[in-house]
Amino acid sequence: MTDLDATDLAILRLLAGDATRSAADVGRAVGIGQPAAWRRIRRLTDAGVLAGRRVVLDPAALGFGVTVFLGIKLAAKGRTGLEDFERAVTAIPEVQLVQHVLGQFDYRLRITARDISDFERILRRRIMTLPGVGQVEANVMLSEERRPGPLGA
Amino acid sequence: MSFMPDATDRRILRQFLADPEAPNAALAERAGVTAASLWRRLERMREAGVLKGVQARVDWRAMGWAVEVSLRFTLDKTNPRAFDEFLAALREVPEVIEIQSFLGSVDWRASVIARDMAHWQQVYRDRILTLPHISELDALMLVATIKDSGELAL
Repeated sequence: MTDLDATDLAILRLLAGDATRSAADVGRAVGIGQPAAWRRIRRLTDAGVLAGRRVVLDPAALGFGVTVFLGIKLAAKGRTGLEDFERAVTAIPEVQLVQHVLGQFDYRLRITARDISDFERILRRRIMTLPGVGQVEANVMLSEERRPGPLGA
Repeated sequence: MSFMPDATDRRILRQFLADPEAPNAALAERAGVTAASLWRRLERMREAGVLKGVQARVDWRAMGWAVEVSLRFTLDKTNPRAFDEFLAALREVPEVIEIQSFLGSVDWRASVIARDMAHWQQVYRDRILTLPHISELDALMLVATIKDSGELAL
């Protein structure tokens, strides 16, 4: 779906900020009626552009003070190697993000832990024991921001 | 005194993270609380900043942005203004959707999207390689997102 107009982009921007806004509320904000807003939201959802919701928590307030990004290179390649690795890594609750990538690493992971020693436990017991895991690089996150990207400011 | 979520709050958040689209009645049932109690607890966590919000996920690929690259930057740290100037310039790139800073061998990471490989090449040459104070740069091209849950081991 690439034929989005300015109103569609404005709707996406609003919902990307707060997905709980009603169609009436969204319509008012972009200057169209509730039925028109509802139809546009429906069209964006059917096209897969609006792809569900994300609950945003403050991990530090829940006792999770450390976020680490890992780059992982598999020692053994081949299709079964990838499938075994993916099945095992997605089952780890501390792993929030798993992406298959091309480049210096085969996978990138995002892990949220209580503190550095909790992270070390996860790394030793859960990550280093994954099937096929080779070289691992870890970087501790200091700060983060999401940008509106092509939706505009 | 800051608000500390109790075991019931955590149970609610666990259910909410696992299924962000579920109606409140279903969440309440799964967490073993009444609908009124669920609402009260979510409101309290919202006010305390534990629950920052519920956002729509936008699928860039479905919008025709087929390419996503994770760029990792190491900066030239001999210049004390390098971090600020680099970040200010990176924020000006409209194709950037996410930025993180790190302690480690990488200083910054950004997710950058493009419509196709030709567009990526253009963004990379005109907007990325022109960023100030880069000493090293490497790119990981996204093949597929296998998991993206926001899950916490609550």
